[in-house]
Amino acid sequence: MNDSLLCVQNLTARYGESQVVHDASFYVNQGEVVTLLGRNGAGKTTTLRAIMGVLQTRGGSIRFGGNEISSLTSDQIARCGIGYVPEERGIFGSLTVKENLMLPPVVSDNAMPLSEIYSLFPNIRERLASQGTHLSGGEQQMLAMARILRTGAHFLLLDEPTEGLAPIIIDAIADVIKMLKARGTTILLVEQNSRFASQLADRHYVFEDGTIVKEFTNQEVLDNPAQVERYLSVEVVQEEEGSDA
Amino acid sequence: MLDIFDISIQMVMAQVAIGLINGSFYAMLSLGLAIIFGLLNIINFSHGAFYMLGAFIGWILLSYLSVNYWLALILVPIIVGALGVIMERFLIRKLYDVDHIYGLLLTYGIALMLQALFLNLFGVSGEIYPVPAILEGTMNLSFMYLPIYRGWVIFASVIVCLSTWYFIERTKLGSYLRAATENPELARAFGIRVPILVTLTFGAGVALAAFAGVMAAPVYQVSPLMGVDIVIVVFAVVVIGGMGSIGGAIIAGFGLGIVEGLTRVFYPEASSVVIFVVMVIVLLVRPSGLFGKAV
Amino acid sequence: MRIVFFVSLAIFALIAPFLFYPVFLMKLLCLALFASAFNLLLGYAGLLSFGHAAFYGTAGYVTAHALTNWNMSFEFGLLAGVIAATLLGLAFGMVAVRRLGIYFAMITLALAQMAYFIYLQAPFTGGEDGIQGVPRGEFIGLIDLKDNVNFYYVVLGICVLSFLAIYRIVYSPFGQVLRSIGQNPDRAVSLGYSIENYKLGVFVLSAAFSGLAGGLSVIVFELASLGGASWHLSGEVVLMTLVGGVGTILGPIVGAAIIVTLQSSLAEAGQWVMFIQGAIFVLIVMAFRKGIVGESLDPHSDVRKALRNIKRKATDKEAALSRKSRGGEK
Repeated sequence: MNDSLLCVQNLTARYGESQVVHDASFYVNQGEVVTLLGRNGAGKTTTLRAIMGVLQTRGGSIRFGGNEISSLTSDQIARCGIGYVPEERGIFGSLTVKENLMLPPVVSDNAMPLSEIYSLFPNIRERLASQGTHLSGGEQQMLAMARILRTGAHFLLLDEPTEGLAPIIIDAIADVIKMLKARGTTILLVEQNSRFASQLADRHYVFEDGTIVKEFTNQEVLDNPAQVERYLSVEVVQEEEGSDA
Repeated sequence: MLDIFDISIQMVMAQVAIGLINGSFYAMLSLGLAIIFGLLNIINFSHGAFYMLGAFIGWILLSYLSVNYWLALILVPIIVGALGVIMERFLIRKLYDVDHIYGLLLTYGIALMLQALFLNLFGVSGEIYPVPAILEGTMNLSFMYLPIYRGWVIFASVIVCLSTWYFIERTKLGSYLRAATENPELARAFGIRVPILVTLTFGAGVALAAFAGVMAAPVYQVSPLMGVDIVIVVFAVVVIGGMGSIGGAIIAGFGLGIVEGLTRVFYPEASSVVIFVVMVIVLLVRPSGLFGKAV
Repeated sequence: MRIVFFVSLAIFALIAPFLFYPVFLMKLLCLALFASAFNLLLGYAGLLSFGHAAFYGTAGYVTAHALTNWNMSFEFGLLAGVIAATLLGLAFGMVAVRRLGIYFAMITLALAQMAYFIYLQAPFTGGEDGIQGVPRGEFIGLIDLKDNVNFYYVVLGICVLSFLAIYRIVYSPFGQVLRSIGQNPDRAVSLGYSIENYKLGVFVLSAAFSGLAGGLSVIVFELASLGGASWHLSGEVVLMTLVGGVGTILGPIVGAAIIVTLQSSLAEAGQWVMFIQGAIFVLIVMAFRKGIVGESLDPHSDVRKALRNIKRKATDKEAALSRKSRGGEK
């Protein structure tokens, strides 16, 4: 835990009057892909926002690369090397695709050069002059991820990247995430789709009512998906008689 | 000569030219206001006061320090911009967490203080600022003799407005500004230092007003009242152009200057209110202004 | 406690003309009414109008004209002014309240300035000279209003009735909807209220009471002038409301009293009055947003906390000093 890249302890976060996250503790090691699973409103997105400093009222400890970042402003946190892809994708309508792509500053030498980005995402190269929000949802998601690749951020916060997208696009996004992982990027992924998550992740945390209730390794999820599913669906699903690996 | 309603085309063109001159100032001032409003979400009531301040500092520099017009065009915006930075950093910034009307009221208070200060120091009657030597004289356009300086005003303000527009819409720093205007929280999460951007933008906005003030000095008298008279008209211009639209502010500024000029030809008594009348009509037909984004 | 307060206030109001110059008191009452009318809009519906003097001034001109040139009686002249202000309020309101919350202040200012320029040129207003020699007349044909003390009581009566009316409006069902619109417009919309109609309604009411104040003022001063419609007065009424306390019933009255008193005591200072007004604006906005009445009513107010801290430090210091001196005597 102590030499993890990200170490969150006793995190609390409020949204206005209501406390959405209480006492969440988890960690992400260098090079891992870790997911936060849970139903809507469980506190996953709020946790990401708290880490990113977007949420003002947060308590507890957030350590990144050994440094306490819980009192930093979000622009400072971004410049520490954390890339953020919010739920709404964060594409600016008043900027062109190219401007959106170039917006965040480069934060490391690991930044992907533009030529490589264009070859990976040919759609983007074609639409460089369009306004950001003229792109489809899937294209915007690709743009959001390309944008992060360009900055060379080595730690990513991805909030529900597959929400509302067609299966083909979801596969493409999975490929991008796998490629990021292969390059050594550490990823904290928020997802409701546990099947998508289990293709990519090393470990999973389950959020319920603002706190973490379970931790699974990916192998455990692959062996017995139902045990995770019950935290995600509305009805409780009967657990299959499964072997504990 | 061609006549429209017994009024010669010469007279019309002459008033259009004068209208363009007024419009130059409307455009520069509404541009600054629109930029400040877009990013800070406050209506800067002190914008007119900074315009007046610019003119006065220019006059003071000339009268007491023999700083000429051209140097003043550079120095005055820097001085006033610095004052704007101080004002944002120490006063306006403290008000971001409360209702936006307080920002408006703060700038109104500052405007009153500035105006009163200069009224006390200089009185109501204006000071004369001489036209710079190179720009003296008139040029002969067939329908009128246009003072060269006024031609310069139109030319310079078009350049300034277009450059500002280009800077905002086509450069990287401009993209930071647009992103921060659209969603400041998100822009910050992408590493943009939004608070500094905000401070500099306010400074730049009032520096632009001060620049317009120096340009205005040889045209209108340098008087403590010049700010408040024009700022209310500029409010109407910005509402017509559409809050949040940079291009709209520029086009509306020049356009309304021309409309005002034409009104002076055909119906002179209405010329002081025609812009407000246009505002009423635009608001009834297109509440977000001509180029504004629909609310 | 409250009863004591109001009773003393009432007694003071009744003997005031024998202590202070009645015209000054009447000016104060008119502006207090104006500020209360303005506060209806700002304090309860959350709408900042920067052109309210248009209603004050318009009613003033119409009342002056009615009394001087149409020989109307006091009551009808005043009524004419109120009606004019109300109609103007309706016209301005229909233009200004349409969805544009942020620009509302600018639009009202521009509209008022338009009115100002029309009044500057129109013959019936007398331009820069104004309408002079407005007759006082008689109240219901019985009381001669040329006597300042008599007139004071009439003005006092009208204003008190108006304050009570405003109080009733604020705490009526209409007023409650208004306050919810001011505090949380989205919730109000989701509850099915037509926000614009309510905003327009309160705007018109505010204009009407402002007109009443303006009409009264021209009879008090026997003069209707451009000052009644100037942006400067519009700004002053904002200041009065802010100083006294936005969203309180007494606030605007207290604020008006303070500003009017300030102005008359600084009458020789010329333009410094404007400077001080600007400085007060800045001070209030940065540190005393609730105004005098608001801060004193709010138990959590920062100002109160600061004052309590000062008090505590002072008593601690006293205690420490007295301990020291007792110790020294040993």
